[in-house]
Amino acid sequence: MSSKLSTDQVQQIAKIIDEYRDQQGSLIPVLHKVQSIFGYLPDEAQKQVAYGLGIPVAEVYGVVTFYTLFNTEPSGQYIIELCMGTACYVKGAVDVQHEIESQLGIAINETTKDGKFTLRFSRCVGACSLAPFMTIGEDVYGRVKQEDVQRILSKYH
Amino acid sequence: MQLYRAHVLVCGGTGCVTSGCMDVHAELEKQLEKNGLSEEINVIVTGCVGTCDIGPILMVYPEAIFYQKVQVEDVAEIVEEHILKGRPVNRLMYQDKTSEIAEFIEKYYDIDFFNRQTRIVLRNTGVIDSTKIDEYIARDGYQAIAKALTEMKPIEVVEEIKKSGLRGRGGGGFPAGIKLELGHKADGDQKYMICNADEGDPGAFMDRSLLEGDPHSIIEGMMLASYAIGANQGYVYVRAEYPLAVDRLVTAIKQAKEYGLLGDNIFGSGFNYSLDLRVGAGAFVCGEETALMHSIEGLRGEPTPKPPYPTDAGVFGYPSVINNVETIANMPQIILNGSDWFNRFGVENNKGTKVFAVAGNILNTGLVEVELGTTLRTVIFDICGGVPNGKKFKAVQIGGPSGGCIPAEYLDTPITYDSLTSLGAMMGSGGLIVMDEDTCMVDLARFFLDFTQEESCGKCTPCRIGTKRMLEILERITEGHGQPGDIEKLEELAESIGDSSFCGLGRAAPNPILSTLRFFRDEYEAHIDGHKCPAGICKGLLNVEIIEDKCRSCGICARICPVNAIAGQRGQPYVVDQDTCTRCGLCIESCPFDAISKH
Repeated sequence: MSSKLSTDQVQQIAKIIDEYRDQQGSLIPVLHKVQSIFGYLPDEAQKQVAYGLGIPVAEVYGVVTFYTLFNTEPSGQYIIELCMGTACYVKGAVDVQHEIESQLGIAINETTKDGKFTLRFSRCVGACSLAPFMTIGEDVYGRVKQEDVQRILSKYH
Repeated sequence: MQLYRAHVLVCGGTGCVTSGCMDVHAELEKQLEKNGLSEEINVIVTGCVGTCDIGPILMVYPEAIFYQKVQVEDVAEIVEEHILKGRPVNRLMYQDKTSEIAEFIEKYYDIDFFNRQTRIVLRNTGVIDSTKIDEYIARDGYQAIAKALTEMKPIEVVEEIKKSGLRGRGGGGFPAGIKLELGHKADGDQKYMICNADEGDPGAFMDRSLLEGDPHSIIEGMMLASYAIGANQGYVYVRAEYPLAVDRLVTAIKQAKEYGLLGDNIFGSGFNYSLDLRVGAGAFVCGEETALMHSIEGLRGEPTPKPPYPTDAGVFGYPSVINNVETIANMPQIILNGSDWFNRFGVENNKGTKVFAVAGNILNTGLVEVELGTTLRTVIFDICGGVPNGKKFKAVQIGGPSGGCIPAEYLDTPITYDSLTSLGAMMGSGGLIVMDEDTCMVDLARFFLDFTQEESCGKCTPCRIGTKRMLEILERITEGHGQPGDIEKLEELAESIGDSSFCGLGRAAPNPILSTLRFFRDEYEAHIDGHKCPAGICKGLLNVEIIEDKCRSCGICARICPVNAIAGQRGQPYVVDQDTCTRCGLCIESCPFDAISKH
């Protein structure tokens, strides 16, 4: 996924790097901020971060691929994150997962063809009292049942 | 200072926010304004109260009336009836769900869930507004660090924590005082103190609630520990999955700086201290201390062998002490009240309290703090109300993916580090997942293995490949293809992975299997030899069958079946080909005559 960055994006990244340049161990906070610009980390952006912080590109790539919250692929307009913590699992998150998959015709970690939804698992978010729990973009849904899925998804169509 | 006639506390923990407490809060402010009460009534948004499944929660003081599941529509009634006319609204009060008669409990302190707890660590959560430093100070906040900096030498702080018997609350239970002593004795001008807030165990949310509800207690605890070891820089490593906790901690650090509680020459003592936040990026292994430190350095969060121990060479190669959130939150109270006071709580070798996050098939999900030595039965049944829907209690999972299951016959075990270890489980960070009779223990073991296998960082072979092989065997068993000898193979693999893995993640990875095998071996045997899943969970062991008497041979099931496993002809009952069938259940849902069953 190589893509040219716009001048504006290059400047934004440069500003982030400047802010952290003198701090020890700043790679992860920098990557968090850069990802918030694109929603993922394009190759070109990773290279700019590497040159800017004076770290080998391979090392940056190693860090990006190690942590699950860093993405190297663009995601859909809405990211559905279904919690797969123990409490959610015990309370039927798998049924909810299957329902979403069949409604949207995608499997976990895939994006719908129209670029609208990406489905992901999240690690326990600690909202165990509301299991099964999921978020769509900034919206949160607790005690989700299989039969609720269609109604919830229809809000985003 | 302005005086108020009454205080209304709105719980602002993650659970309540999800249930809509922010809208309730806005409506409350609006209604108070409308009734001209804004000057008389003080509204405070607090951290997590602990009863997360009945939010949004409001508490009205001085009467200590506890309202549950408050909706926006209910707010006007509370304001007009209770706050204006002094008539508390019965229908919104807490209801004892275990009693058969609908009984409303008015007062906060009459509720079993609360009055059986001992709150040391959680003393401020759900009571104060965590975004206001003044409220923390009003509850004796920052007095412990003032006492330490002005009256105590660093070694005296170390001694006091040692005498308290406080053990690490993050899992292993290593004595916190000894860790501080090692840090204190380490050579070097530059040292680091680290707070491990990478609460990755699924089902655990104690640290999150503490960070959200009482962030200043973490700052003060970090200052005490840093002063004790001689560090001027601290890091709090929080996982990125907790945005609200990050937010509250950032606010708290900013306020502490403004008050001169962080910075140079604190309390005129010459002690300089700076505290920074590091946000994780989604890697369970970063809860392991060496991996966490590499993550702070901006590297891949892979563990490295010990020695060197962090107290010799930690972050950036300097001596570092690392403790869990709850351990650190205990320290201000110990320094302020003394180790003798702390020793009054708990039992021999297990002093103080422990916070548990209770979830799963349980009536009252929530946060519970009890003295160590309290029995599991007290926590699960007396405080949290037991298993709902008339189901039977089967087991409780404690310690997350590194822990184990404890079945019903051990419910009267007092909870201590040692008793749990002897049962093949561990304290872990304190997540308790309660499971009812409908839970399949083989499937549960598979779930945990799936987790550890995916979270294995891949550095050492036993963990990377061993967990994969164990997972494959478990998948085979739950899909109905278990083979004789699988149990023995699992045991053999478990032993070698436990012995030879690099870090705690790998060494503890077989625990869920070993513990379910210990207490529920018959379920494994039923899956393998009897081709049955006793709990009815494992799809591969279920048969989809058409009940002849009920089938009207309409053919809907045959058309809907995605794998063409159903065939038949008009006038005769249809038949499912068990070899082709994937047990997806679509036919069962589609049958208009309820003629298809899964068993």
